[in-house]
Amino acid sequence: MNLLRLINGRKATAPVARERLQILLAHERGLRGQSDLLELLRAEILAAVQRHVDIDQDKIVIRMERGPQVSTLEVDIEVPNGAHKSFAAAG
Amino acid sequence: MAKVLVVTSGKGGVGKTTSTAALGAALAQMGQRVVVIDFDVGLRNLDLVLGAERRVVFDLINVVQGVAKLQQALIRDKRLENLWLLPASQTRDKDALTDEGIGRIIAELRPRFDWILCDSPAGIERGAMLAMRYADEAVIVTNPEVSSVRDSDRIIGMLDSKTVKAERGECVKKHILIARYDAGRASRGEMLGIEDILEILATPLLGIIPESQDVLRASNVGSPVTLHNADSAPARAYVDAVNRLMGETIAMTVPTERKGFMSRLLGRRAA
Ligand SMILES: Nc1ncnc2c1ncn2[C@@H]1O[C@H](COP(=O)(O)OP(=O)(O)OP(=O)(O)O)[C@@H](O)[C@H]1O
Ligand SMILES: [Mg+2]
Repeated sequence: MNLLRLINGRKATAPVARERLQILLAHERGLRGQSDLLELLRAEILAAVQRHVDIDQDKIVIRMERGPQVSTLEVDIEVPNGAHKSFAAAG
Repeated sequence: MAKVLVVTSGKGGVGKTTSTAALGAALAQMGQRVVVIDFDVGLRNLDLVLGAERRVVFDLINVVQGVAKLQQALIRDKRLENLWLLPASQTRDKDALTDEGIGRIIAELRPRFDWILCDSPAGIERGAMLAMRYADEAVIVTNPEVSSVRDSDRIIGMLDSKTVKAERGECVKKHILIARYDAGRASRGEMLGIEDILEILATPLLGIIPESQDVLRASNVGSPVTLHNADSAPARAYVDAVNRLMGETIAMTVPTERKGFMSRLLGRRAA
């Protein structure tokens, strides 16, 4: 095989493909688990907030920033003025 | 009770339909009762590959909507009496397929067959999801090429999370079928090798289907490759794969064209 490569002067590209795939898929598999976690967090945070405040389904944005040591979870909820449910109702 | 097997890939054009037809025919040739279902609404092709395109009257969506009975939509293969086709709709709206409708059809087919093979459309959208929804096993068709391997990985993730089995905490049994494999290019390092693919996808191998003109010849005449030229390299590879599906242990080889004088003479005969 090496002889062949010497003759036609081309380097095998498959090892590069393999390495790129391994790096990419490790990353994508991480995201997959993460997007499920984020979906779950989103639903539960939304439910918790909605018990007390009337908010719209799509007015909650949640992001996870992965750092080498710690990750941060950013939750951004848009609450319209006067959306508070009455204190009594909120229990 | 039938096993439901989805033939899927994520990426388009890798050989799902070819493989569904060949695996289905090979199983039927072994005496198994097989129904192949085309889930590729709007782009149906399984009828063509099986040579049944002129016999389609009703389709999957007709049955889901109750316009036709399952019995009326099923087409029996002309050569293999154990092989049946449930065609996809060519015209109707994709949204007409429902999870619950598919569930009913699968439940009705299960007691009547040994195998239900679902030919998935490409992509990761609703159609692909519905095709895998009720699967017990999955054949993930992969070409030795980066984008195909990446998409296979995505599909494996879906099989592990979006299927009825996964939701019940069980596992869909997964197999990799490497298709359009070119041993020469792999050995020159121009194509991902088998070991690379298996290591990356961490899923057992069902078979290696070589790139071959015989596949094109067979689909030209509307005959699964295992029937059209049983001696060809891809046909032998599909038969090996089916034996493995049936639980046999068969040494993994890449079947190659037989280059003997006689077979060369015979092989030259036009399809
Ligand atoms: N082993 C093979 N050798 C040569 N050609 C092949 C082989 N397998 C499939 N092909 C060809 O590749 C093309 C695509 O195959 P096929 O339709 O089976 O793929 P598919 O995954 O079902 O595509 P789609 O995603 O569009 O449904 C066809 O022209 C087919 O004949
Ligand atoms: Mg197809």
